[in-house]
Amino acid sequence: PPFAFAPRRLRFGPHHPLLEDGDVHRHLYLQGVLTSLAEVAERPKVSEFSCHISGCCQVFDTVEDYEHHYNTLHRNVCSFCKRSFPSGHLLDIHILEWHDSLFQIMAEKQNMYKCLVEACAEKFKSSKDRKDHLVTVHLYPADFRFDRPKKVKSGPKHVSSPMKQGASMPMDVSMETLEQFQVDPIEIGPSENMEIPQPAASPGSSVPEKQLYKSRIPSTICFGQGATRGFKGPRKK
Amino acid sequence: MWGWRRRGAGPSGRGAEELRARRREREAALRKARRQEQLVSKRLLREDTTAEEGGQDGAEIVPDPLSEDEVLELLRAVQRGSEDRKRSLGRLRWALQNKETQQKFVRSAQVWHCMAVIKDMSRVALCPSRCVGELVCGRGWEGRRSQHPLGSTRLDGSIRTLIGIFTSSLADMQMEAARCLHELSHSSDPAVAEACLPVTSYLLTYLSGHSVEFMSPHEAVLEGLGYVLSQLLQAKEAPTEIIPLVLDSVLPQHMLRLVCSGLKAGIGAAVEFAWCLHYIICSHTANAALLSLGALPALTSLLLDLASEIPQDAPEGLELLVCPVLRCLSNLLAEETGCEVQIQDERLLIALFLILQCFLQQHPFIVQECLWLLNNLTADEPFFCSALLSLDLLPALLQLLPCSQMASVLVLTVLCNIAEKGPAYCQQLHRQPALPLLLPTLALPDPEVVGQCLELLHLLFLHWPEAAADFVTQGGHRALEQHQSTPVLQERARALLDMVGQPLGASALSPCHATLSAFS
Repeated sequence: PPFAFAPRRLRFGPHHPLLEDGDVHRHLYLQGVLTSLAEVAERPKVSEFSCHISGCCQVFDTVEDYEHHYNTLHRNVCSFCKRSFPSGHLLDIHILEWHDSLFQIMAEKQNMYKCLVEACAEKFKSSKDRKDHLVTVHLYPADFRFDRPKKVKSGPKHVSSPMKQGASMPMDVSMETLEQFQVDPIEIGPSENMEIPQPAASPGSSVPEKQLYKSRIPSTICFGQGATRGFKGPRKK
Repeated sequence: MWGWRRRGAGPSGRGAEELRARRREREAALRKARRQEQLVSKRLLREDTTAEEGGQDGAEIVPDPLSEDEVLELLRAVQRGSEDRKRSLGRLRWALQNKETQQKFVRSAQVWHCMAVIKDMSRVALCPSRCVGELVCGRGWEGRRSQHPLGSTRLDGSIRTLIGIFTSSLADMQMEAARCLHELSHSSDPAVAEACLPVTSYLLTYLSGHSVEFMSPHEAVLEGLGYVLSQLLQAKEAPTEIIPLVLDSVLPQHMLRLVCSGLKAGIGAAVEFAWCLHYIICSHTANAALLSLGALPALTSLLLDLASEIPQDAPEGLELLVCPVLRCLSNLLAEETGCEVQIQDERLLIALFLILQCFLQQHPFIVQECLWLLNNLTADEPFFCSALLSLDLLPALLQLLPCSQMASVLVLTVLCNIAEKGPAYCQQLHRQPALPLLLPTLALPDPEVVGQCLELLHLLFLHWPEAAADFVTQGGHRALEQHQSTPVLQERARALLDMVGQPLGASALSPCHATLSAFS
């Protein structure tokens, strides 16, 4: 008989014509062309309060802004030198490499410099080897700020060494001691004293100048606008 | 959340007409791109500052291009550590809305390619030659090193300057720099977007600072993550390279969780991750894993929740979540896992029809999405066929027949699924009555629709001969005859004519024979 119908469940791949209208709608949304308009729900506000970390004068009017600020600037802070890091992983590496007196000794015998990518288990003999690995394997840009000389307490830095190829900041060779090159993975400086790297003002110059910049009270960091969820309490580390 | 903010209330008059025209243009472009399998969209987040910038009627005001000297001056102002820096950054951001200005700004920036360092996407981070910055560009994955061949060295370090500010610790400066970079990343000139790639490592480092397993309290961050992931999952090599990595990580259970909690805690993020799930599931490489995570009951439950939101306060844009959830359910049900995958909850039917009713007017595309799921529910087990009849949802289903060509075919397919289950079902279909709707369907010009209708009639006549008799009484004979010369239909039309031509007993006698003799 010419009748061929048999019930069957249908499965469609991503380019099936049946899905075209829905896909187009999705992309109109992404492109911001849909004119269905809903007002963003009001974020719950409390009256202004300030960050309780001493020395930080940041003020907030929503708990989530505060939580974001805290996580970014105060959560991963080195208790030895007060530097702040974007993640616990980078903080751990910093403490190990900068404040562990056994580190340099052990580094002579075995590979101790951990890769900065958390999921990568590689370790290296030196911070330079690690940097090469980050650039060649994980494709970090060559001038990613993982080479940062240890801060000196006195005044603005005087840089004595010529700029490394591709590095935005020089290694401070005069700092070189038993501790080799101190590598400070990306850090967020304390808010009182912030350095902004100055790229070369003219092509000929190879030494960037740094200026110390006194900060005003910073406002919150936020990629986009926050959610309506309330404060969930301190995170467990 | 990002998607829900627009430049203001719906404009009227000329502004509205322009918006509609723009939307039609965009829609046509998107359809074309999709047919070429090149559907990629970038998102642009601009806070609503139209009041300051003088934008009205929702029309986009793009600033005029700056000269290279002006760009250089702005860059210098930004580089100076002065009090004016923030204002300079703001002016820069405004100026960077212009494509020419963007091009001048990045002209001599060196271009690197970055690596995904996404925490928890552990092996993605080790995957060579992949460029998460292509997300920013919205392009393919070709890795290459390049340096822009021409250009002024006076602007050397423009991107580096922005990165330097972006990674400083002054939050408002960081924000301004980020906005400039975001504007650049959205450029329609791929070279401009590419120049922003060096930022990616920093972005990812910052992201990795939030706690593992997406415990970021910020819905905006989650939504952004979902969007990034959805872009990754649409790459051509997603099925072979990206999806396996995602499945190997803890991402799937979190995606499922975020989708299913979307109504309570962040619909923007739920939407993004729902589309991610859809891209994974429709690649048909991952579904055993997702099924074992309980995706089917979880998504079913979500659909019930979504449907129950509808009568009262349906949030705008709910269809953006409903659509991918429907698709996920349909494709998961179609997965051949050896053991029959089934849901047995008749509330799902009610939910489906509520959704259909709600979105039919505004978003007719939802009709085919719902009907696809309905097909997969009714194809095998009689459970949903019985439920559909006993819940008296047949009229609602038949109402969808004239919606569109695709809807017609799907409705008829579902009816076939029901009819195929046997005489009791056919009886109920016939008593609906179905024939008065099927007869006009036979007169439609689309052969696919008519063909499906013929299949349905065959099943009806086979299991419930009374239907055949009534069919003839209602003039079905002539409706069939018109297809005797259509190649794809003629065999079936003739076979049906034979079926109804059989002596059918008392009910077929007088009026039927008279009709038959007139035409034989």
